[in-house]
Order: sequence, then C-alpha cells, then structure tokens
Amino acid sequence: MTLVLSRSADHLYWMARQVERAENTARILDVSERLALIPLEQGKAGGKGGEWDAVLQITGGAEEFHQRFGDPSAEAVISYLTLDPENPSSIYSTIRAARENARAERVALTTEMWEALNSTWLEISTLTPARLASRGHRNFFDWIKERSHLFRGVAVSTMLRDERYHFLRLGTFIERADNTARILDVKYHILLPHGVEVGSAVDYMQWGALLRSVSAYRTYHHAYKETIAPAHVAELLIFDISFPRSLHACVNEVLELLNAIGGPRGNEAQRLAGELHARLHYGKIESVFAQGLHEFITDFIARNNALSNEIQAAYLIAE
Amino acid sequence: MSDRRFFDEMTGADGADAEAYAEAPVRDAYAAVRHWLDAMSQRQIAAKRREAETLFRRMGITFLVYGTGESTERLIPFDIIPRVITADEWALIERGCLQRVRAINAFLADIYHDQEIIAAGRIPGPSVFANQRYRPEMIGVDIPGDTYVHITGIDLVRTGEREFYVLEDNLRNPSGVSYMLENREVMMRLFPSLFADNRIAPVIDYPSNLLRNLQAVAPAGVSRPTVALLTPGIYNSAYFEHVFLADEMGIELVEGQDLFVRDDQVFMRTTHGPVRVDVIYRRIDDDFVDPLAFNADSLLGVPGLLSAYRAGGVTLANAIGTGVADDKAMYIHVPEMIRFYLGEEPILANVPTYDLRKDDDRAYVLDHLDELVVKEVGGAGGYGMLVGPAASADEIEAYRARVLADPANFIAQPTLALSTCPTFADAGIAPRHVDLRPFVLSGTAQTVVPGGLTRVALREGSLVVNSSQGGGTKDTWVLRDGGAAP
Repeated sequence: MTLVLSRSADHLYWMARQVERAENTARILDVSERLALIPLEQGKAGGKGGEWDAVLQITGGAEEFHQRFGDPSAEAVISYLTLDPENPSSIYSTIRAARENARAERVALTTEMWEALNSTWLEISTLTPARLASRGHRNFFDWIKERSHLFRGVAVSTMLRDERYHFLRLGTFIERADNTARILDVKYHILLPHGVEVGSAVDYMQWGALLRSVSAYRTYHHAYKETIAPAHVAELLIFDISFPRSLHACVNEVLELLNAIGGPRGNEAQRLAGELHARLHYGKIESVFAQGLHEFITDFIARNNALSNEIQAAYLIAE
Repeated sequence: MSDRRFFDEMTGADGADAEAYAEAPVRDAYAAVRHWLDAMSQRQIAAKRREAETLFRRMGITFLVYGTGESTERLIPFDIIPRVITADEWALIERGCLQRVRAINAFLADIYHDQEIIAAGRIPGPSVFANQRYRPEMIGVDIPGDTYVHITGIDLVRTGEREFYVLEDNLRNPSGVSYMLENREVMMRLFPSLFADNRIAPVIDYPSNLLRNLQAVAPAGVSRPTVALLTPGIYNSAYFEHVFLADEMGIELVEGQDLFVRDDQVFMRTTHGPVRVDVIYRRIDDDFVDPLAFNADSLLGVPGLLSAYRAGGVTLANAIGTGVADDKAMYIHVPEMIRFYLGEEPILANVPTYDLRKDDDRAYVLDHLDELVVKEVGGAGGYGMLVGPAASADEIEAYRARVLADPANFIAQPTLALSTCPTFADAGIAPRHVDLRPFVLSGTAQTVVPGGLTRVALREGSLVVNSSQGGGTKDTWVLRDGGAAP
C-alpha cells in the first residue's frame, strides 16, 4: 500500500477541487452570458435581482460584491468572478490556490501535471481585465475549460494509480457534483424573479443555454431526440449515469473512490456516499419535481458538503 | 582595483583587463567551449538563452528572496556558458574537500565526547563551549557511524591556475545542489552536441548516493529504513530544492506538523494512521527542530524530536550541533583540526582571517575596512557583509559602528581576487567573478560529486555571488581524463 501523508492528500484533494471550480465558474459565467443575450419581456438585465445578481447567488459572494461594488453589472460581475485577486472564488484566485497546493505537492505530481497547472497560472497571472475583454469573454471561458481538461487529462494519463490519485479524483467529483447542481439552479434563480412562462420561446432558449454550458446540448438531443423539456434536462443532469457531469455519475465515482481508499477510518464517509448514491440510483425525476427542483438541489448540495466534511475528518485532517 | 589581477579561467589572462582578455589565447580546457561559442550566431545565442529561461520557469525553479516586499518568488539567472574544470584541477579540489570533511567530522565527534583537541591545547576551549551553536545536549550522545556531517557544501574560490581557497564550510543545511542538477539537465537539453564533444563527468547520481548514505545511518536494527525530508515549508527560500530532492530520492517530504513523537520514536501522520520514520534529512536549523528543546516559539519543528534522537530512535542528518564547526570564527581552526586528527597538512588553504576578538587583529581591521571583507560570524547568504573596496565611505562608517558594538560577532578577510569566467553580459561575452560549491556526502563512503554549484556575480566588477544579491549560476563541468575530445 502506498503511504500518503494526510497533509499531502489534503493538498491533492483541494487542488483538484480548485481546478474543477475554476472550470465551473467559467461554465456558470458562460451560461449567464448566453442567457443575458436572450431578450426578456419584462426582465431587467442588470441590478439587484437581475441575472448577474443570480450568478452571484449561485457562486456565493453576493454580499461581499454588493459591499464592494454596489449593484451588479455584467462587466463588474465578470471581472469579479474572473480576475479579481481579492475574491477568493474568482477564477484567478482558484487557479492561484490550486497552483499553491500543487507547489506544496510537487513530489506527488508528475512533471506534466505541474507544468500544465503552472503555465495556466503564469498566463492568468499576467492577464488584465482589458486584455481579457479584447480577447473576448467566451474565448477566455473556453481557454479555462481547455486548461482544466488538459490538467485532468494529464493527471489521468500520467499519474500513478495510487491513493494520491484517488484523493485527487475525489476532489474533482465532489466539486463537479456541487457545480452541476449549482448550474441547474441557475434556471431557478433567473426564472423566479422574471416569471418566464414555462414552455415559452424564452424558456426553451434558457434551457438550451444551460445545456450548452455543461457541454450537454448534443448529448441531450441524442438521448431524448425531442425538443428541450425541463424535466428531461433535469433528468439528464441529475440521474443519467452515462452523462459524466451528472450528479449520479459524480457520486458514483466518489463511491468507487472511497471504496478503493477504504480503511476503517472511511466507514462513515462510505456510508454517506452510499446513501447519496442510492437516492440518485433509485430516484426519479417526477419525485424531484414533486419536491421542487430547487429544494432538491439545495438538499443535494448540503449532503454533498457533509460528505466532503466527513472525507476531510477521516483522512485529510492530521490528528 | 586596477592594481589587482584576476585569473580568468578561459584565457588565463587578467579578467579585469579588457584588452589583455580579448587577445589572450584560450586555455585547453576551454577550447571546445570557445569553438562552440564562435560557431553560434547572436540570434541563436539569444534564442537559446530565452529557451533556458522558459525551461527553468516551467520547471518552477524559483527561490524566495527575503525582504523584497510582495513578489518574492524569483528565478535565479542562469548563464549558459559552462564553467570548465580539468580532471587534474578537480583531483586537487576533491582530495582537499574530502580531507576537510574527515577532519571536521572527527572534530565534532571529539568535542561531543572526549574533547581531546581541547585537552591538547590545539583549540581553545572557550571558542568551542561559548559558541552559541555548540549543543551541550549532544555531549556523550553516540550517533550511527559517528557521522555528523552527512552533507557538506564547501565554498571555494580560485585565484590562480592551481590556487584555491576555502571560503567557508557549510555544515548545517547547505543548499544549491538542485541547481547543480537542473543546470546540467537544461544544458543537456539545449546543447546535446556539447556533451557528445566533451567528456564531462556526470552529476546525476547525486540523489541516489545521498539516499544510500541516509539509509546507511538508520538506527540499529532497522532493516528497511523509512527516510523523510523535513522542510520548514513552502515559504522557505530553498523550498524548491527540498521538493526536488525528495522527489529525486522518492522519499516523503514532511513538515513539522506531519510528524509526532511517541515513546522516543518518530511517526508521520498518513491517511491510514501513523507510520514510523527512521532517518530524517532535516532542512531545518537546530534552533527550530524541537520546540521543547530549543526555540519554544517555533512551529516548524517536532516536539520531542531531540529526545527521540538522543535515545537513538531516529537519525538526523546533519546531526544536531554541527553548526559549531561552520561558524566563521571556528573556520580559523580547521587547518589545525586537519593536522590534529589526520596528521596531514591542509590541501586547500584557508583565507587568512582576522579574529576581531584579538586586539591586534581588530585594530588592523578597523584601520583597513576599505580593503577588507567583513562578515558576521554566523551570517549566511551574503546578508549583512561589508565588501570594503566596493562600499561607500558612509557604508563603511555605518559598518564600523556595528563592529565596534560587538566585535566578537565579526571576522574580516582580505578581498580575494576571485577568478573570472566568460559570461553573457549586456554588451556580449565578458569575464565575471565566480565561486564554487562542491558537495561532499558522508555515510557509507565519502564522495564529492564531480562539479558542484558555480555561482557568478553578474554585475561587472562585483565580487558578491550570492543569489540573494543578484548572482547567477552556471553548469560546472569536470572534464574526465583526456579532457575535451579531439
């Protein structure tokens, strides 16, 4: 059995979470920008309660934003969530944090992994809001997604399949589950204040934008072969185990990783993951809608978070 | 300093005399390097230098500079022109370094046991016992193989064809070996043909030699020792090197918080519970290794580590208390140690050193501050030193006040005429001053890795090579017998 320091496992776990979070923040901004282009009849784009405010609700940090900048505009929110070094959840900050964790774990990383992350950091650290704007937001979001794909791909294809790898992957899927849930919630946050009529053209376009943001637009059409319906979108993102960003697929990976890590310390984490997995494995979309999609998601995020806390307590926090 | 002559290692001419330098013939050792430089265009050279910088940056080879404010992570400048040492010159350096380390190790074993050198009146007792780096806790403690200094970095300067001086012995946590290894790696990647055309001794086995030595000093009865490298952490100036060495040796890189002591044994905290550690290559100074024994405020160390060490439950490399011998005031006595323990004459000379505790020496030094180099006894990294010939009158007066306030804390040496090596400067290739730090490993057998770290003062005329003071590094070649291939 490989020997892994608790501190080391902690660095790897969080490094993976931070890279995944950077990617997902890019995805959330991407969907928001797409949604902002869709005309809303009585909607207002900016300001409190607007769709850019919704982005802040989803990613967290709305309160801090309002204190520092007042009412949210597209420009201010994008700048806050991309390059703001003082916002700990900005893409800039999460890449920096991931790189710091990587720096502390260079022994455990392959050269390729370190270089993939380090060069991402070197590039983003010299980026200014003006250069980002001239490059185009969409291009920047694509670039971040690419860098995240590269890092993960390099990890999968170069890293030894030992416990360090398992903790790294655990971070990826815990974070991804959290983010898919949050992206699914975008619709709730935007829908609610504007009261878009279900089944309207705007509704249709919004669900379409959401699918694109998780790279599932085509997947959806392959899977359902019919026009976009909210229940199907939610079903795809929550229950479809063949879709790699779905909650079910993520939790399934988490459960397998926890089984692989094993040991008596992990019993409670395995139990929590198993419980969560069962809800997704045996659940159905009708009951989710009966409960309320937003309520279901809120509950999922809380459970996923409790699982993460348990993983930390069992393996990552030195005692 | 126009009256002084600097030995240039490529030409043998005076490195400070531009005319003589330009016209001088090239020494045999540098023939291949000169030929290689001549064959490259300015553009090629510029492209290779950029490529080298990119490689270093991508490998994340940075170091931290203290006291420079926000962005403290820097790249040490790398000069692509290698420094060349012939087999013959190296034989002298190697023998001299091995001799020195043998004597210093014997000295450390002696002062923590029988203290014969003091009884024999060869070194005054107070200079050992009153030294703040002397550790009474180590008296009578037996350590595996009687090895105190597992890793030594000896700073040498060259002043002539076969003239070398030892500037200092680094016996606590000598750093820089990672730059030696990475410089070679980058050079081989950039200029593979250079290595085909020259017979250069490899340095790549340093990490495996180090690991073998560390395993060899495990506590008695441990068959498959677990070795760990203890680092102060990510904010230490040499953190990159700690990571690099742990990686190369395939051992755990631990911080104080990862370790704990139980029943005089040391354990690391892992995802599946405690695992015993037998040998710790510690890159933390004595003062910080154990808050129970030394600096109580330190969060870097491991409570109870000294007790476990004294009880033989774990081996530390280097041993606790080696700092007493790399003190700049103790340096004066190393030639005497060589004579006393080995019955030999020193192969490498010491730099004449003025001891400011002595009235005559102090009077002389205070009269000649503008000619001398003055250093703090326990200083390192080029911080807090005075280079008389390069200092302004105000700086000299300010330093004088510091010396007068606590003379025992300083030593002084003549400003040495450090040799020069061809180096890329703004205006093209020019001679720049260099020093050399070879690394000596002790444990199973004593070895000196052929080469070492060459540091170069990039500023014209500067004699301060420390990276914290704007110095750079070079790949250091030791030619094998026969030297450059035809």
